[in-house]
Amino acid sequence: MRAFTYERATSAAGAAAAVAHHAGAKFLGGGTNLLDLMKLEIETPTHLVDIQDLKLDQIEATHDGGLRIGAFVSNTTLSANPRVRRDYAVLTRAIQAGASGQLRNKATTAGNLLQRTRCPYFYDTNQPCNKRTPGSGCAAIGGYSRQLAVIGTSDTCIATYPGDMAVALRALDATVETVDATGATRVIPIADFHRLPGATPEIDTVLNHGELITAVTLPKPVGGAHIYRKVRDRASYAFALVSVAAVVQPDGSGRVAFGGVAPKPWRSAAADAAIPHGAAAVVEQAFAGARPTHDNSFKLTLAKRTLAAAMAQVRTA
Amino acid sequence: MAITGASDARTVPPAPPVATMPVSLEINGRRHDLRLDPRTTLLDTLRDHLHLTGTKKGCDHGQCGACTVIVNGQRINSCLSLALQHDGDKVTTIEGLGQPDHLHPMQAAFVKHDGFQCGYCTPGQICSAVAVLAEIKAGIPSHVSPDLAAPMHPTNAELRERMSGNICRCGAYSNIVEAIADVAGAVA
Repeated sequence: MRAFTYERATSAAGAAAAVAHHAGAKFLGGGTNLLDLMKLEIETPTHLVDIQDLKLDQIEATHDGGLRIGAFVSNTTLSANPRVRRDYAVLTRAIQAGASGQLRNKATTAGNLLQRTRCPYFYDTNQPCNKRTPGSGCAAIGGYSRQLAVIGTSDTCIATYPGDMAVALRALDATVETVDATGATRVIPIADFHRLPGATPEIDTVLNHGELITAVTLPKPVGGAHIYRKVRDRASYAFALVSVAAVVQPDGSGRVAFGGVAPKPWRSAAADAAIPHGAAAVVEQAFAGARPTHDNSFKLTLAKRTLAAAMAQVRTA
Repeated sequence: MAITGASDARTVPPAPPVATMPVSLEINGRRHDLRLDPRTTLLDTLRDHLHLTGTKKGCDHGQCGACTVIVNGQRINSCLSLALQHDGDKVTTIEGLGQPDHLHPMQAAFVKHDGFQCGYCTPGQICSAVAVLAEIKAGIPSHVSPDLAAPMHPTNAELRERMSGNICRCGAYSNIVEAIADVAGAVA
């Protein structure tokens, strides 16, 4: 691991300023993904700003009936919160489908959103990777791509966004609240938070350097049946090949987001509108324009079957 | 030709010394005031600085669970945490759970049910198992919990799912789950 200096911030804007004024600085939440990448020297920050003392560990009701989740709330705490379990069960289910008990105790809400791809070529520093080393090329294209993205990719990168939590947040229309070094705040819809790779796959999100996530806010509950269904190579503790976050109403309408298939949680209005017509119609809309590789074209079939299974689960719930 | 090593002008110069930082940890009930390179993980602090070698280094990347310890009542991977993140925290390691002459009930159950073969993953398995039963008691749901509104129970499926972050390469899983179930029955 490369050497770095460490500080504990005492205010959110102060933390933002500490990172903004230091080109090689990063925020430190739980550290479960960042430290892993630092050991591999894929991430090489020269300064870490620990946000654990900022009191961003609360979950509170919003005035319009929603829920505001502090950036430092652990994955375990969020998934076990009684209001989340009752009103946003797809979020509890998504979080519990990811990682291990140990990791969920340490990983934070903001850190989960910011976790980086698990593309094997991103992790292997002997291989070219445009996300890790811009301009070096992409070994995944034409390489072992079974786990990688089928849509939203570019000629420079076919990595997937790896997480589960954000897929549920996408289905719930969450927003991400931030603060910068000047104290200015902004609210980013989760749909806009993660970027598609285009020509700059090294940039995962729309956050600016030194912009700190303070909270994730859920709108008021939408009711309906909440399902998170994840298909992976093991029964537990593995990243998704395909996952589905679905909220389906008694009248058959609903919303669905897919994980494991794209550089960001994948959802479209046309796919939502097709829910009353069944899984095949939804997948046809959601994956229009997909560019799978030979190795991962099975994900299109798997997405359809996973959604069909989720919808069957709704009917028997 | 002799190996030139550090005397070779072409080799990378040694990194400049890194400024250490103070940290205070309460480990197994005893306070330790240390000064550490900021890079030092909690795992390396326990093993290399405090010589508490019961906690094991397996993968060092959060994938195997051999380094599991209990911090402020919650299990974490000590390999993926900087010691500096834990200033003032209370850490329980396998040495703090029990000793050969007064085993923790979970340690005794692992012996009784033969929940190990080589033993390398065992300290992490036991720390994780103790925390798993606390999590079930606290009503924290898991991926396999059928009803998010109901109390949680230490069923075989629940124990297997909740222990999935602890890998046992000898494959002692069925006996590990029997040991945990035995303790769960005793405290239920």
